[in-house]
Amino acid sequence: MRRVYMDHSATTPVRSEVAQLVTGYFTETFGNASSVHAYGREARKGVENAREQIASLIKAKPEEIFFTSGGTEADNMAIIGTVMANRDKGKHIITTQIEHHAVLDTCKYLEGQGFEVTYLPVDDYANIDIGQLKAAIREDTILISIMHVNNEVGTILPIKEIGQIAKEKNIFLHVDAVQSFGKIPIDVNEMNIDLLSASGHKIYAPKGIGCLYLRKGIKLSPLFFGGSQERKRRPGTENVPGIVGFGLSAELAGKEMEVEIIRLTGLRDKLINGILEKIPESQLNGNRTNRLPGHVNVSLRYIEGESLLLMLDMKGIAASSGSACTSGSLDPSHVLMAMGICHEVAHGSLRLTLGKISTEEDINYVLEVLPEIVEKLRSMSPLFNSMEIDNREECSTCTLTK
Amino acid sequence: MYTDKVMDHFSNPRNVGEIEKASGVGEVGNAKCGDIMRIYLDVEDNIIKDIKFKTFGCGAAIATSSMVTEMVKGKTIDEALEVTNKAVAKALGGLPPAKMHCSNLAADALHKAIEDYKKKLKSDSYN
Repeated sequence: MRRVYMDHSATTPVRSEVAQLVTGYFTETFGNASSVHAYGREARKGVENAREQIASLIKAKPEEIFFTSGGTEADNMAIIGTVMANRDKGKHIITTQIEHHAVLDTCKYLEGQGFEVTYLPVDDYANIDIGQLKAAIREDTILISIMHVNNEVGTILPIKEIGQIAKEKNIFLHVDAVQSFGKIPIDVNEMNIDLLSASGHKIYAPKGIGCLYLRKGIKLSPLFFGGSQERKRRPGTENVPGIVGFGLSAELAGKEMEVEIIRLTGLRDKLINGILEKIPESQLNGNRTNRLPGHVNVSLRYIEGESLLLMLDMKGIAASSGSACTSGSLDPSHVLMAMGICHEVAHGSLRLTLGKISTEEDINYVLEVLPEIVEKLRSMSPLFNSMEIDNREECSTCTLTK
Repeated sequence: MYTDKVMDHFSNPRNVGEIEKASGVGEVGNAKCGDIMRIYLDVEDNIIKDIKFKTFGCGAAIATSSMVTEMVKGKTIDEALEVTNKAVAKALGGLPPAKMHCSNLAADALHKAIEDYKKKLKSDSYN
């Protein structure tokens, strides 16, 4: 059976060049980067080379990159570390309602510690209103944490404008760039970013490695204690194989970015157009153009996401959904809810994310299989073409655009 | 995460559809929660001659709906009333713990349909 992987926003395969390099650091260049001997020095060289590769992708200085276990740790470290180190200056944090839980749950934790958090609402396209951001800034605001690209709907947020405001008001800006790092250009200076989180496994590096960019001169309280690694910001023996793999994948992502953006945008638009054309009562979630290349999120009315994913899986297609069943809670995706999409439509959301291994044949296959599956599930659905459609309150107030 | 039996009923659901002029219809769940099950009955001489379902929901919701229709087709109303959500889940070889509450409502829909049938029967006998 044909297998099509369309869940690159969840994770990516490790690219072969990276896997090969990483293997060498498991078996041969295995030294502890803190050791004095040749084994240690070789490992250290790999780590520092990776630091340069990553820094150069976002126009940072190598000494501003701190390796972590991944995006979640980087988000925790950035937010908790900054506010704890600057709590004498204020206790207010601004973020958005559509952040990843690594940011949202960290903010919730900090609320319990006496900090105050403003969660900015978003519009139908998952974008914030700059005026609302300005209005939310208080005398005691110490940190703004806003994601670059939303993981669920792919919207690109206006980080440059946000950075300008943060700079004028002298507030630190943290950007969760897990979904954008290595995929679209980032310049921490031009965008006035003070802290930035990135993850390796979203860009063809292994899982368990990520980094925090921390602008030189910004105070940060560490989360961990117990060694001088990463200049005491993140103690613990360095994950050298992960780090060198992340470094190489970042370098390659930078080299291939321009071409890949064009290719993935083309495939994405073909997929979006095909779905909207072939499947009645389907809608695109998020903006048509202001979205990550390769990121598609649609809602297919009258059906539920988990059964859709199971049927796609039976046909070899791997995707994800924002339905409650797949979110592990009773409510569907907090992002779709924040965008004002009603429950019923959110339950029928489908995320298809493309990457390096995606081809035009993959798109054609999905466009061939998906309409049949939707039709089958709709034929089973009491919400679709029923003999007795109840005038349900939510459904009647629910249109395809909202 | 699902048993083979669940996957079988999910991918080849039995008795999908609606019954015109049904003897009784029962519905549980709502679109907000992501699960709606509706069961249609055709009852003759106290026996479930035909049963159909329509379900909006996850894999477990569809599989339990299909299973409950199979379990009671041809049975008497009293026998059908004895079928519980738990028995449906058991017949499917079990459900993941998270699904036991939110998606395991097919017997409730069946019981509601029977209730509806009994109500109709009563009002008919008055006429």
